[in-house]
Amino acid sequence: MNWADDLQAVTLTLELAAVVTVLLLALGLPLAWWLAHTHSRWKAPLAAFVALPLVLPPTVLGFYLLLLMGPHGWVGQATQALGLGLLPFSFAGLVIASMLYSMPFVVQPLQTAFEAIGARPLEAAATLRAGPWERFVHVALPLARRGVLTATVLGFAHTVGEFGVVLMIGGNIPGATRVISTQLYNHVESLEYPAAHRLAAVLLAFSFGVLLWVYRLRNNSTSIAATALDGAPRA
Amino acid sequence: MIDAALRLPRGRFTLDVALSLPSRGVSALFGPSGCGKTTLLRCLAGLEHAPGGRVAIDGEVWQDDEAQVFVPPHRRAVGVVFQEASLFDHLGVRANVEFGWKRLAPSQRRVALDDAIAWTGIEPLLGRSTAGLSGGERQRVAIARALAVSPRVLLMDEPLAALDAARKAEILPAIERLHELSGITIVYVSHAISEVARLADHVVLMEAGRVTASGAVAELLSRLDLPLPPGEDVGVVLLGEVGALDAPWHLARLDVPGASFWTRDPALPLGHRLRLRVLARDVSLSLVEQPGSSIVNQIPAVVEAMADDAHPSQLLVRLRTREGASALLARVTRRSAQALGLAPGQPVWAMVKSVALLD
Repeated sequence: MNWADDLQAVTLTLELAAVVTVLLLALGLPLAWWLAHTHSRWKAPLAAFVALPLVLPPTVLGFYLLLLMGPHGWVGQATQALGLGLLPFSFAGLVIASMLYSMPFVVQPLQTAFEAIGARPLEAAATLRAGPWERFVHVALPLARRGVLTATVLGFAHTVGEFGVVLMIGGNIPGATRVISTQLYNHVESLEYPAAHRLAAVLLAFSFGVLLWVYRLRNNSTSIAATALDGAPRA
Repeated sequence: MIDAALRLPRGRFTLDVALSLPSRGVSALFGPSGCGKTTLLRCLAGLEHAPGGRVAIDGEVWQDDEAQVFVPPHRRAVGVVFQEASLFDHLGVRANVEFGWKRLAPSQRRVALDDAIAWTGIEPLLGRSTAGLSGGERQRVAIARALAVSPRVLLMDEPLAALDAARKAEILPAIERLHELSGITIVYVSHAISEVARLADHVVLMEAGRVTASGAVAELLSRLDLPLPPGEDVGVVLLGEVGALDAPWHLARLDVPGASFWTRDPALPLGHRLRLRVLARDVSLSLVEQPGSSIVNQIPAVVEAMADDAHPSQLLVRLRTREGASALLARVTRRSAQALGLAPGQPVWAMVKSVALLD
């Protein structure tokens, strides 16, 4: 084990977190918007499903994903039929698992921010000739901007910090699925405590910095933003 | 005409109306809180959908569920002013005013942006953010924003209700001038009779989701058979003009159909059209003219109807000026009514102590 391995793990982690965050925002914005406005009977089941990773051990999630995406799961059979091979123990599989695992940290702040806006600004925009898409882009998103920021930061930070799901789905393959937390685990396994310290300290400082920033934002913010931050799940 | 036939169940009542409003002037939807007037307004704007309903303005259909037509709000030529200004807090004042305007094709911009800004007097606010504005300023920006989309009808939902008296006094004149300046039809929702008296040409009286009466403001406010709110505000609105001036005494004669009133000279030119309010409490009755009285406005009239007033000691008397053109209300005690032998058809003199100019 040397610096290069650590650096590779750090790079891979950042790459994973960036990809997951971008995809989660793309998925989470419409999902949170729908959850904030629907009266559908599917709202509660879907919201509960999104929140599952908050309470489930990551290994449970990882276990089921492993079965689903494995050679006998229907996702695995689909990916094989499409010529994509199997997802477990690949970067793509890790992305999918991480998205599920970090989803509440993105969807919930967004949903709370959208709910805090209320119907009135959107109604006002509708009477000012703005169609549904314009209302979303030019009114809802700017008014929910702190919620979007919170969702982005928490989604990124939470993906950086995951371990259990990574181990179940990604394994520990250098350059493909070995992220900071698994590299740290390797160091400890091999009793390389100074190296473990190094990575652990980086993660600790990073996580504290992110949370400090989020809570500062909460204290300094106006009402809408404050309620948006209240939507941040407390893990 | 604005035609609407709407039926929409709500918690405490069912909105059930079929009405026609003139597509010019100011129409007031007037009634107690929770009578359905706001819901009606929202249906006109397309913010609510009453199944099976129909809404059309000057023949342009906005909703006709039989023909499966429902024009969404952003495609209706409406402007809406809500009770709270509902400005976009992420935009400055100017961007708020331009929000709808810039979404119009240039050919649809019948109201110039500068006019919308000038009519509401918000030039000094344009560079500001919305955060520091007072309630009155916010509402004026909201009105400018709605005017700037060149609406065929401006829907105003109790725009003054959330403001204190001083702010109301600041905005009411601006709203009064709006129709005159812009020519835009206004539908104004209110539960305050004083606002209706000042602003409305046409009044729709609503109660529990239904229209109980509608008509020209002067006629409607003088009716005794309607559930108008009792109290100090009971009185009529008269539309007239400055008919003569008595410059040495700083007085002006205001002529309304069938009657004239001398009042303080409002410094308006002869022929200027204005609106007067004569409260029932300011009108007393006499069987004969009173030459020895300081009351100069003594109007010959005929008793038309009498009705109970809020207090058991009092009656409201509806009078018709002798030429038959204008109605007045007088508040008298039952004892006086008996002493004078008041009865429908009886000629009397209306002694008018005070006349308020509304614009």
